Amino acid sequence: MDFDLMITSFPKLLGATVVTLKLLSASLFFGLFLGLFFAILRLNKNIFINKFAYGYSYIFRGTPLLVQIFIIYFGLGQIEYLRTTFLWVILKEPYWCAIIAFTLNTGAYTSEILRSAFQTIKPGIIEAGKSLGISNKIIFYKIQIPIAIRQSLPAYGNEIILMMKGTSLASTVTLMDLTGVAKYIISTTFKPIEVFIVAGGIYLFMTFIIHNIIKYLEKRYSFQQ
Amino acid sequence: MELLAFGKTGWGDELFYATLMTIAVSVTAMFIGFFFALIFTPLKLSKYKTFNLVGNFYTTVIRGVPELLVIYLFFFGGSGAIMYVASIFGYYEYIEINAFITGSMAIGIISGAYSTEVFRGAIQSIDKGQFEAAKVLGINKFVQFYKIILPQMLRLAIPNLSNVWQITLKDTSLISVTGLVEIMRQSYIAAGSTRDPLFFYSFAAVLYLLLTYVSMKLINKLEARYSRGY
Repeated sequence: MDFDLMITSFPKLLGATVVTLKLLSASLFFGLFLGLFFAILRLNKNIFINKFAYGYSYIFRGTPLLVQIFIIYFGLGQIEYLRTTFLWVILKEPYWCAIIAFTLNTGAYTSEILRSAFQTIKPGIIEAGKSLGISNKIIFYKIQIPIAIRQSLPAYGNEIILMMKGTSLASTVTLMDLTGVAKYIISTTFKPIEVFIVAGGIYLFMTFIIHNIIKYLEKRYSFQQ
Repeated sequence: MELLAFGKTGWGDELFYATLMTIAVSVTAMFIGFFFALIFTPLKLSKYKTFNLVGNFYTTVIRGVPELLVIYLFFFGGSGAIMYVASIFGYYEYIEINAFITGSMAIGIISGAYSTEVFRGAIQSIDKGQFEAAKVLGINKFVQFYKIILPQMLRLAIPNLSNVWQITLKDTSLISVTGLVEIMRQSYIAAGSTRDPLFFYSFAAVLYLLLTYVSMKLINKLEARYSRGY
């Protein structure tokens, strides 16, 4: 056990954790909106809209995240037309490519979580709202969405942790996130176990924090209050 | 389409063998995972706190740490660990382990953590009366497990195990970083030599979709089989 290496690599890894957290928060933020948008599309009665939303979530849940990042980072640059548009400013940066891939990926999972949450809302609650003369829009925003959010909290908590682990793939497109730096230190010192303990410890600590925040929110917004 | 031709002109046969490799790694990893689950599920359900601690440590660490980090640990640390064990027995030559074995082991250990959780949940949701009835009838523990608990547990576990299978299948794409030629690695090679990454990575995505689609169909059949009578 090389404790000196563990101590010296800790600040480096902690610095890289900032990149991981940035990637995570950006993709979760955009992914939540994307997920909500596609969940609403899934509930649409029009079969084409419905199928389109289903296709989106099926494709992104059925393929590895690594493929999605590679298509966006290596693949899209190949299209000549894209290089001439303003999109190229974003797509040439690995940082934004990673965020786009993570957003699309987490959006697919979030849309499934929210869809099932919307579907478990008892029809009686919506009927009660209607019979009170509340408009459909307000029923949706003030009744359905809050209930759906509470219903989906446990599953969404899992998704946040999965996404946190997913951000490690950013290291494959040259970003120096926590895993990227860990790999760099391992490949220069050939001490995989020590680095794994430190980097894994940081990841576990983040998992622990996320887990507890979700637990607190679940308790706070539980129905039996 | 020329790019996908079989033989020397295209990448069709290479990608075909790469797909077989992905399937082979996934199946091997899934079985290694079952093996780990078989060890750690009893530990997690044990009466003794120390055993619980060991079981929980395994599932918490593996499920809380990125797969890629675990793979790097095995990739860089695997041969070192084997050489260390060999040096105890007086063997000091360099030992290189096969990428297939390292990859399957890494993915298998990850998959095992998820399988453990699935088995634990399934066993816990079996009615206590089933265990008691078996005890009252004087059935020994072994028969009780194989003839009473296991069939009921499998029915409950199959939907969740199909999720574990999907996770395992997708995780195998990560071992391309160690150089094992599976779908992802082969697409990387093909994309590099033809300068057509968009096509090859999209084709890889299609291959993965095909694998998940076919395996879902098969698992649904299995599920129907184990749900007879319900």
